[in-house]
Amino acid sequence: MNEERRVLVGYASCGIAAGSEQIYEELTDQLEEHEIDIQVDKVGCIGMCHNEPILEIEEEDGKYTYGNLEEDDVEKIVGQHLEDNTPYEERLITAPGEEYDYFSEQKKLVLRNSGVIDPESIGDYLEKDGYEGLKNALDEEPDEVIETIKESNLRGRGGAGFPTGVKWQFARDADSDEKYIICNADEGDPGAFMDRSLLEGDPHAVLEGMIIGGYAIGADKAYIYCRAEYPLALRRLNIAIDQAKEKGFLGDNILGTDFSFDIKIKEGAGAFVCGEETALMHSIEGKRGMPRPRPPFPAQEGLFDEPTNINNVETWANVSYIMREGAKGFAEIGTDESGGTKVFALAGKIKRGGLVEVPLGTTLQEIIYDIGNGIEGDNEFKAVQLGGPSGGCLPSEHLDTPVDYETLTDAGAIMGSGGMVVMADSDCMVNVAQYFLDFTQEESCGKCTFCRVGTKRMLEMLDDFSEGEGTAEDIERLRYLADKINSHSLCGLGQTAPNPVLTTLRYFEDEYEAHLEEDTCPAAVCKELIEYSITDDCIGCGQCAQECPEDAITGESQEKHEIDQEVCIKCGACQEVCPVDAVEVE
Amino acid sequence: MKLECENCGFEWDYQGEEQYYATCPECQYEVEIPAEAEVVAPERDIEDILEEHPAEQSSLIPILQETQEQYGYLPKEVIEDIAGYLGLPESKIYGVATFYAQFRFEPQGEHVVRICHGTACHVKGADAITETVENELGIDTGETSEDGTFTLERVACLGCCSLAPVIMVDDTAHGDLTREKVKDVIDDYRGSSS
Repeated sequence: MNEERRVLVGYASCGIAAGSEQIYEELTDQLEEHEIDIQVDKVGCIGMCHNEPILEIEEEDGKYTYGNLEEDDVEKIVGQHLEDNTPYEERLITAPGEEYDYFSEQKKLVLRNSGVIDPESIGDYLEKDGYEGLKNALDEEPDEVIETIKESNLRGRGGAGFPTGVKWQFARDADSDEKYIICNADEGDPGAFMDRSLLEGDPHAVLEGMIIGGYAIGADKAYIYCRAEYPLALRRLNIAIDQAKEKGFLGDNILGTDFSFDIKIKEGAGAFVCGEETALMHSIEGKRGMPRPRPPFPAQEGLFDEPTNINNVETWANVSYIMREGAKGFAEIGTDESGGTKVFALAGKIKRGGLVEVPLGTTLQEIIYDIGNGIEGDNEFKAVQLGGPSGGCLPSEHLDTPVDYETLTDAGAIMGSGGMVVMADSDCMVNVAQYFLDFTQEESCGKCTFCRVGTKRMLEMLDDFSEGEGTAEDIERLRYLADKINSHSLCGLGQTAPNPVLTTLRYFEDEYEAHLEEDTCPAAVCKELIEYSITDDCIGCGQCAQECPEDAITGESQEKHEIDQEVCIKCGACQEVCPVDAVEVE
Repeated sequence: MKLECENCGFEWDYQGEEQYYATCPECQYEVEIPAEAEVVAPERDIEDILEEHPAEQSSLIPILQETQEQYGYLPKEVIEDIAGYLGLPESKIYGVATFYAQFRFEPQGEHVVRICHGTACHVKGADAITETVENELGIDTGETSEDGTFTLERVACLGCCSLAPVIMVDDTAHGDLTREKVKDVIDDYRGSSS
């Protein structure tokens, strides 16, 4: 076997969705056919999802990255590159020595192993100094570990941004023989996939952080609460836990000390509200996942009424980094208020979407334009949605906003867990608000009246807007209800549910007014306010008539076709298939 | 399931219950069980499932999950057994089971098609994908086709946002879809059903 060479195939869920399974199989076949004996690893998310499926070849002089692969390309890569040592230029994204500018502004602390190591091999993790952070922690007193985390200025990456070290201190100071650690991996925000990628790409980094946390607060049991919708993450976590036990990083008397620690996985059962800490703990206890008032805070009375410290996936991965590399260097990255980096899931109408890790304080402009390379197609930027259903949409005037907890909140959005969905002029802001309200009213657990009923009433008003039925008073009513829901809900889900409506009203009130006064949807999205028609450019090919699910289009062959507005359901299928762009919408 | 040892090349028919790695009978090497291979869960009835969990409320959700995996849904009679075992009223079991989107009370189709309605999918045309799949299968979201081949569901987010719009069929995600592509995806599963 050629020891200097290694082939990596991006094998995270999104890579698989793009076809990396077929690429991997084809690669195995081709290697056999060409009789090449080489190490092939399935790795986690490489970060540049826009180039999936991705295959990389590690050579002595560096790494060759191939992307956007089709099955046929594999034969050429094997034949030309691996056999004849000539890179296959057609699909080559970067060769050794070249830097892909997608990565220039990024700084990988948390994602440093993702896409590099085989996530199912603890050996690979150990080679990258894995579990060194744990060893450092066990050499210190628990209080010293907490001091280190405080010095690092690490704040919770789940969204609220509470200082992690302070939170640990509360749990440490709570007096009890039984304490718990929880990893919140119930990544429910639509538009977010940071935690999934991290668990799929580097599960040991998360486990290591949790073990360190257990030692620091004095807990010996832990749960990872992970969505059942993430089967690959669950698989890799299970494997990682088994391996860590075998190597003595988990279990009784870890690394010969008195400290024992056990981690169990609990699969979520599909309830968004379980991302809220008290609801999550109820769910682990086998109850309906409904939040309860705080105090008592989990640090005093948490899981099974015992002191509990809960952090999210990315926070735990940061902990292992800090304990390995030291607090000082970490605190120097980022802003004065919060140290380190943040991982964002960049998606939507963007040229280069993917998993992005940047120092806190980087501006939205840099993320969207320098890393994401701007808006896809001929569209113009309209807004960026941050923080999922609890967050907000920021317009272009706010692109110079640095990403940190305070500035984003001031602008009306939130840091959230890291979802960043870019929207273009073809997206309707009323529709976006309607979309999020539909989500939150569906996911409201029903405990608080204002959240349960209020979100429903807000949604009905937005539905009216989208049908041109809204009134000027409705805008005031929306604001009034938003305020009440915020102040009369127990948990974050309810308190922040109106945010998507409030920010779109704040920055895009003109769009609401267009729906209201002119009965038009400027982005041509709201179905009740638009009409499809066929222009004189029609060549009479009949493709639209064939595609129309309602048979609403008629016309003789070679002649201009017509759409029956009574029958049309405005699905837009005709516009998509028309070869001469003769279908208009307004 | 047929496995081949990556170390010594030995081939054998693996019958064990391990999910991720099996030990090669020849050289004791840990052989990876491919994720795509259907791990045939041993036939278990509700008694077997209950036996593996302590009789306390925190076991409830895992029991419901395993029951559904085994039966495809949560049959009424089984709920009675679970209630008896945990010493909880049936109403409590239903209270929990109906709270979570994962649990079903009716059998589902051979293939489950989940259409992602995450933010990125929404702005990139999840509605058009939904319409197309509903038309293709002749059922609405939430229904199972008459021949029992497909169940169609909507999900909040599958977390493959940069490949939006995305659907998941059984455990496999398909991304970057268009109306045409999603028809092909459905066709592939049509052919593969028995």
